[in-house]
Amino acid sequence: MNQKHQEDLAHIRSMMERSSRFISLSGLSGVFAGLSALIGGLYVYQLFKANGLEYFDGEHKLYSANLVSHLFITAVIVLICAFTFGLLFTIRKSKKYDLPIWTSATKKMLFNLAVPLLAGGIFCLALLYHEIYGLVAPATLIFYGLALINAEKYTFSDIKYLGFCELVLGFISLFYIGYGLVFWIIGFGILHILYGLIMFKKYK
Amino acid sequence: MGIIDKLNKDFESRVRLGIMSILMVNKWVDFTEMKNLLNITDGNLASHSSALEKSEYIEVKKEFVGKKPKTSYQVTPRGRAAFKEHLSYLEKLMKS
Repeated sequence: MNQKHQEDLAHIRSMMERSSRFISLSGLSGVFAGLSALIGGLYVYQLFKANGLEYFDGEHKLYSANLVSHLFITAVIVLICAFTFGLLFTIRKSKKYDLPIWTSATKKMLFNLAVPLLAGGIFCLALLYHEIYGLVAPATLIFYGLALINAEKYTFSDIKYLGFCELVLGFISLFYIGYGLVFWIIGFGILHILYGLIMFKKYK
Repeated sequence: MGIIDKLNKDFESRVRLGIMSILMVNKWVDFTEMKNLLNITDGNLASHSSALEKSEYIEVKKEFVGKKPKTSYQVTPRGRAAFKEHLSYLEKLMKS
């Protein structure tokens, strides 16, 4: 009898959780998104070098149109890789634990994530338009941090810690303009890998 | 009367327990989503949800979205109170 009641309580807890939060996100998604960003970042650094630009010399740099389009393509590839890996591991986890993916909790989570991200995207486009390139990296980190904190209610609440880290990193980078690439690699690469590993161990 | 006798008979089935748990933390949940979350068949969900409706623990809303009928569920205040009570008895049983 006791056994049944214990199972009842576990069932209640699990049903409440899986119906109200998006819990299919695997820690491995974070690890691989981080690795994509890390590789992309290091590639960009090499790209600068190959174009005769020393990233850390602190001087004002002029980028050729060719380099800019190269940078843009790199960014898009990193984004696609991160997204594909994220989706892949999410589907794998949801199959393994028999979790439905496209639930109203998922939709709410995506909506809460998308609002600050879209705002940040438009903000960054405006920065690019006004040629204020130095603020793009801090802005992406800050808005991404806000998006994660905003999505916290509808997924693992641990994600807010990652959000706060991105936010603080964004604030620091505001005072070190010209080192955006370094902060990007830390924020989108290293922090994602660390967070992914911690989540993977915790919710295995 | 012992605590065990106080446990609500309406919540003895896992499916009903699941329906109530989901509705405690979500406002309106539609039929398809409920079915997928609980991993049960249409008929199974229909019979258990109508039993809960009969006890006035949940409210059933039927509407048309375009030409398709859509059924959604919401917990009633009475259902919420009954479930909370059931939960606290379960927890007491675990402690004793």
